[in-house]
Amino acid sequence: MSALEKHGNPEIKPFWSPLAAGIALGLVLLLTFVLSGHGLGASGAANDVVAGVGLKLAPEATRANGYLGPVVADGSPIGSWMTWEIVGLAIGALAAAFMAGRFRVQLDGARSVGTPARLISTLAGGFMAGLGARIAGGCTSGLGLSGAAALGISAFVFLALFFATGLIVSRLVKGV
Amino acid sequence: MFPLNDNGMMSGLLCGILFGYVLENAGFGSPVKLSAQFKLSDWAVFKVMFTAIVVAAVGLWLLRLAGLMKPDTIAVPQAALMASAVGGALVGAGFAVGGYCPGTSVAGLFSGRLDALVFIVGVVLGTTGFAVSYGTALKSLKAAWLIAEGDTFTDVYAVPELVVLAVLGLALVAVFHFGSSFERRGTGIVTAQQAVEGAR
Repeated sequence: MSALEKHGNPEIKPFWSPLAAGIALGLVLLLTFVLSGHGLGASGAANDVVAGVGLKLAPEATRANGYLGPVVADGSPIGSWMTWEIVGLAIGALAAAFMAGRFRVQLDGARSVGTPARLISTLAGGFMAGLGARIAGGCTSGLGLSGAAALGISAFVFLALFFATGLIVSRLVKGV
Repeated sequence: MFPLNDNGMMSGLLCGILFGYVLENAGFGSPVKLSAQFKLSDWAVFKVMFTAIVVAAVGLWLLRLAGLMKPDTIAVPQAALMASAVGGALVGAGFAVGGYCPGTSVAGLFSGRLDALVFIVGVVLGTTGFAVSYGTALKSLKAAWLIAEGDTFTDVYAVPELVVLAVLGLALVAVFHFGSSFERRGTGIVTAQQAVEGAR
């Protein structure tokens, strides 16, 4: 075993403690409520992008769609607060990863389950999460985190089922 | 008087940059770290989420108490309980299988993970699938177990907000207590070193 493996790469800074990260995330969420009147989110940006791209590629079908129609009623939602927030999320994560020596290009999970299995597990996971977020009207950030901070009943129902199902499924499938 | 209801580009970018910076520093760009929550060996996901929920909820309560924010001025999700349950189950399953949720997959991609990009493609396909199949069945799913009286425990069941906050505080202590106990008995938490090396 080389010295590097034994002692770890000193360039890689440790993660924040969960308490410190939780307080920081809570303050960011509070700032978001104060600035915008709503919480943080993520899946809403995917919906805005799907609606915006749909409006470009198939304007009539998108306007006629029962779910996307209202989203594009005032024009393309690309450029909405939520889409800018996701651009910001990308910048913030990139800066944090670089500053802490944690940026590494890889297909995470390829070594543990194999490349084909990993590509399938991550695509299937994304599909379920995207579909589930639209059914619930939000994902872990928009409904689970922000909705709970606003003390919404549905957020706690979401979190309970999120946890219970995740526990069971992670015992049946090794995705990473 | 807050909220400012600023939904412009700068507001979105600022909140997003801070959000992404915290997510990556918490370790939430790593599917190994994230999925370890469901293996019960690393409780960072729930420790961070519950801490953030309590900090933000107490902060909002203090702002109202100080008269800086009027009641009912921030967005609260509609109490559509069936939709929240089914959607929560699907997002939980997707998280367990894929190792991310929609927000953390962006943090994963921008810390260099190409599997996160595939997850994002999946999210877009799932979103499109929902929109394409949106009809009577999905509408009735969204309307099932809908509480019409309000969206919070205070509005619907007249539970004082301080009691709700106190219960959340107790839940937070429980998450840290039981989580840390599971972490000690398990394979240990996922360090930044292990996360960067990737799943093995």
